Amino acid sequence: MKSDITLTVDGQRYALTVDNRVTLLDALRDNLGVTSAKKGCDHGQCGSCTVLLNGRRATTCLAFAVAHDEADITTSAGLAQDGDLHPLHRAFIDHDAFQCGYCTPGQICSAVGMLDEARQGWPSAVTAEVTSAPPLDTAEIRERMSGNLCRCGACVNIVAAISEVATGRRLAAFPSAAEPRQERWS
Amino acid sequence: MKVTGCAPYAYENPVQQPGYLHPVQATIARGCVTDIDARAATAIDGVITVLTPFNAPRLETGHDAELEILQSDRVSFRGQLISAVVADTPEAASQAADLVRVSYEREAHDVTFSTEHELYKPEVVNPTYETDTETGDIDAAFAAAPRTVDATYTTAMYYNNPMEPHATVAWWDNDGLTVYDPTQGVHAMRQVLRSVLGLEEQRIRVIARYVGGGFGSKGTAHAHIILTVLAAKRTAGRPVKLALTRQQMFTLVGYRTPTMQQVRLCADQDGRLLGISNDVVELTSRIKEFAEQTGVPTRNMYAAPNRRTTHRLAALDLPVPSWMRAPGECPGMFAPEVAMDELAEACGVDPIELRVRNEPEVDPETGLPFSTRNLVGCLREGARRFGWDNRVATPGSTMKNGWWVGTGVASSTYPVHFQAGSTARVRILDTGRYEVSIGAVDIGTGAWTVLTQIAADALGVALEDVDVRIGDTDLPTASVAGGSSGTTNWGTAVVEAARSFRKKYGPDPDPQDELTAESSVNPFVDQFAMHAFGAQFAEVHVNIDTGEVRVPRLLGVFAAGRIVNPRTARSQFIGGMTMGLSMALHEQSILDDRFGFTVNHDLAEYHVSGYADVGSVEAYWLDEHDPYVNPMGTKGIGEIGIVGTAAAIANAAHHATGVRVRDLPITVDKFLQSI
Amino acid sequence: MIPFEYKQAEDEHTAVATVTGNSRAAFLGGGTNLVDHMKLGIAAPELLVDVTRLPLDRIECLPDGGLRVGAAVRNSDLAADSAVRERYPVLTQALLAGASGQLRNLATTGGNLLQRTRCVYFQDTTTPCNKREPGQGCSALEGHTRYHAVLGASKHCVAVHPSDMAVALAALDALVHVQGPDGGRAIPATELHRLPGEHPEWDTVLRHGELITAVELPPLPFATRSRYRKARDRASFAFALVSVAAALDVTDGIVRGARIAFGGLAHKPWRARLAEQALLGRPATDDEFRASAEAELADAQPLPGNEFKLPMARNMLVATLRELSGDDAP
Repeated sequence: MKSDITLTVDGQRYALTVDNRVTLLDALRDNLGVTSAKKGCDHGQCGSCTVLLNGRRATTCLAFAVAHDEADITTSAGLAQDGDLHPLHRAFIDHDAFQCGYCTPGQICSAVGMLDEARQGWPSAVTAEVTSAPPLDTAEIRERMSGNLCRCGACVNIVAAISEVATGRRLAAFPSAAEPRQERWS
Repeated sequence: MKVTGCAPYAYENPVQQPGYLHPVQATIARGCVTDIDARAATAIDGVITVLTPFNAPRLETGHDAELEILQSDRVSFRGQLISAVVADTPEAASQAADLVRVSYEREAHDVTFSTEHELYKPEVVNPTYETDTETGDIDAAFAAAPRTVDATYTTAMYYNNPMEPHATVAWWDNDGLTVYDPTQGVHAMRQVLRSVLGLEEQRIRVIARYVGGGFGSKGTAHAHIILTVLAAKRTAGRPVKLALTRQQMFTLVGYRTPTMQQVRLCADQDGRLLGISNDVVELTSRIKEFAEQTGVPTRNMYAAPNRRTTHRLAALDLPVPSWMRAPGECPGMFAPEVAMDELAEACGVDPIELRVRNEPEVDPETGLPFSTRNLVGCLREGARRFGWDNRVATPGSTMKNGWWVGTGVASSTYPVHFQAGSTARVRILDTGRYEVSIGAVDIGTGAWTVLTQIAADALGVALEDVDVRIGDTDLPTASVAGGSSGTTNWGTAVVEAARSFRKKYGPDPDPQDELTAESSVNPFVDQFAMHAFGAQFAEVHVNIDTGEVRVPRLLGVFAAGRIVNPRTARSQFIGGMTMGLSMALHEQSILDDRFGFTVNHDLAEYHVSGYADVGSVEAYWLDEHDPYVNPMGTKGIGEIGIVGTAAAIANAAHHATGVRVRDLPITVDKFLQSI
Repeated sequence: MIPFEYKQAEDEHTAVATVTGNSRAAFLGGGTNLVDHMKLGIAAPELLVDVTRLPLDRIECLPDGGLRVGAAVRNSDLAADSAVRERYPVLTQALLAGASGQLRNLATTGGNLLQRTRCVYFQDTTTPCNKREPGQGCSALEGHTRYHAVLGASKHCVAVHPSDMAVALAALDALVHVQGPDGGRAIPATELHRLPGEHPEWDTVLRHGELITAVELPPLPFATRSRYRKARDRASFAFALVSVAAALDVTDGIVRGARIAFGGLAHKPWRARLAEQALLGRPATDDEFRASAEAELADAQPLPGNEFKLPMARNMLVATLRELSGDDAP
């Protein structure tokens, strides 16, 4: 059984016919060829498929496309406007905040959504007093980003990258490099 | 590319009109498939073909039992591939796969891992280490020594779980077979395909441009790749796409064996070791042996006149265990490094001082000198940076805001591995840029960047003037991205090609001049013991009410030869340490003996550490100059970060609470008994 | 997954009638649990009636000081709502302890209440499970028990309910409003979920076709001093080993009111009435708190492998009550 739906993805409008069983994630990847959103677990457990769905971060693997007719979706690719990277893209690159890169687009969408939630004063599970708006320290960032797994273990660099964008300050500098020495190998 | 998500991983390479493959897995652990009724599956709209053991194309057998799928009716482990559907859409393929009716003749299975199980001695352990080693008389030394530790430690069954699920795209045409696969070694995979398919090498092309992590699970070819290639034989040239589900990855792409390690240490009053032994029991699959070299690091770490290491295996009706980040060293440094902490306590000696006292002058087993060995330097530098001197010696003596607080240390080590046969080609393009080609694979390690640096250095040109091409069997042969050996093997080939290129064509080569060189054998390999070393420090908090464990701080100092790229090196170290934290606290497979499989087979139930678990992770390194390891002076950094982390955390947890946890992971229940 | 028909609900009554009229129809909320189960083959509806666009997405302050929460309100919006944060911090904390930010943006209030157990055997169609297929037997009973029940289980099922939100709602005496083929009714949150007994296949007392439309929170002035604490195997984004929701009214050192519920211990959110009774009129001391926990847990029957839940639950309750009774409590 199929349905006709319309999706706006990264500013582009698509009319498509989907099998009702197709998730938003598969609609993006298999039907539209938009592979910025990644499939890591397909059950809402890793966060790799996170996009901004009507402006909010959401996993796309547990959402049927048919239930999101007329949705406006922004992937990490769409956060780059006219070829200019988003500040979070830049910060991720500056902080070496990814290795294999597979979870990265989902991390970035999640971070964009999370920063917006924090700006609205939403508390988190580590907020001591939920009645007040919490400051976005590293403990808050870590808790709020916990829906995105990174198996390469780039967590500390990602937190540093997000923190820099959130606060405008650089968290941790890289340790100074030992001067490379090229020796003749006899 | 990676940050925007525009870098194409294997599944994402656009192909025309693909067929989608969905596997069917055995639901018994041992027996035979007696019948497969595919009528209902075939009736689903869009189904192209259903493969079964009774109709699948034939393979060359006798090479690798793990890969010989659909060649017989035998079921050797639960989850084994026994059928598959190809359809026009993923939905149809998945629905049809659910409708494939399989009848079995069930046999009693044996998946119970215990010391009670019949064990055997493998001929060698991975890859070619001696199974057992013995010097002196450990039993006599143990009986006579004033200070002893004798304990059994266990590590869990771990799954690599790279974020990119294993995926393969394959098609056949007049030129032969083309495969997109996130393999850690395109040439190694081509070799496997050649032998399994009986096809000439030049008719197989394997491409791996972007790989979403592997940690060893993409280092060897697994059965799903063969399944895809077989399925593609049935689609008249249409490409076939397979993406394993996360659940399927828990039976099809390898795992780290659980281990039981009986470690015995004996020492004089001052903690000088008189003997050290590690007797390892682990498991393998009944259909194919993989013997993890867990006892091997014990052979090189500390001086002691009496020593022994042994490996024994239980062969079970389970999937084949395989490589996972630092096979051998990772589990094999947990047990001895916790035992060293226990010995330090028994002797009343500081754990760092204990390790310093047992520093060997030469490799204790081979008698060879170390090319470089800076374990003591790492321990001292780490102690300084971590603030070790302020540590209160008595366990269980610090509590803050409802949490017990403790610190711990452990050593790390990882050998310098060599793999033969990497070849690089240097060519100058019409634009004057240098193209350096090698069939290496960047699995997220930064190899692409590092090889560019090495090439630019060796050619004496700017980074911007070098284009490195990797990840394709059309490029010169390269070894697998494994054993932390990429920079060593590929880098050596690149350096030798670049130097020979300069020698032949001078500083001003003509466009299209090119030269290919193969990495030569290291002439020092029999003269020195070559290992990287490190020291890991952990701060651990244990909640007094719940036993919850937090690790607010990890700090590692490593001596790993020359660090070519500090940025990516730091990421490799902290990434390894983070995975070590995950191993220490979170990862645990529940192998249900009744059914014969890991029942917590997804990322909600098999926990890997998330952001909230990872506090400060700092990595530093000593400036180490090693002229013997390779022309670059590098030792390999991809794996040592995970080695020793779990022991440092376990030791810190003991320091916090006084509870000695010898069985990973370190979970709440292990403290609640004593709260 | 089998093909299914999809319909947008036009209004409550039509939605209820549509699902009532088809035994293989189901309501679709945020989808975070149902879609998961459809992929796993645990659920196979042939018709989905999407209720997320019904006008059930409002949070209203009631004249008596309570709140009425529409069933389609997203978990994140409910957690962030200022009235909830002021009046029922335990509910905000429970919501925020569940799942992840990107899932909470999808998950709805009604759907969250109807989450099904995370028992690994329930979730794997290749292992026997009475909840999935009555009569098959319970694989967990002699299997992986770490997350399983210590209270109120039966020999047919030892699964636990996974929702955090529902634990807070049980403690707060919330009312669950449902619309069914025969009209509406209100069910106390504590009675929505069942113990497994002979019929573990029924998670709740809802009949097929009944739609949760709203959750009503009655006024509870001392709930401004309330707290949700959750212990799990990972610091975040993991299901509870044990959780406790508690609100406490202490005047002059004496407990005047207490609302306590546990998560992770039973097939339903476990309202701890024995503990509450043990506390009333007693001094707010650790000894009393401990005695109340012991009273509640006296009949617990842990399985081999989850015995740790008892000291954990006891310690967490004591610590939470201590915190709520302290001068600096919220």
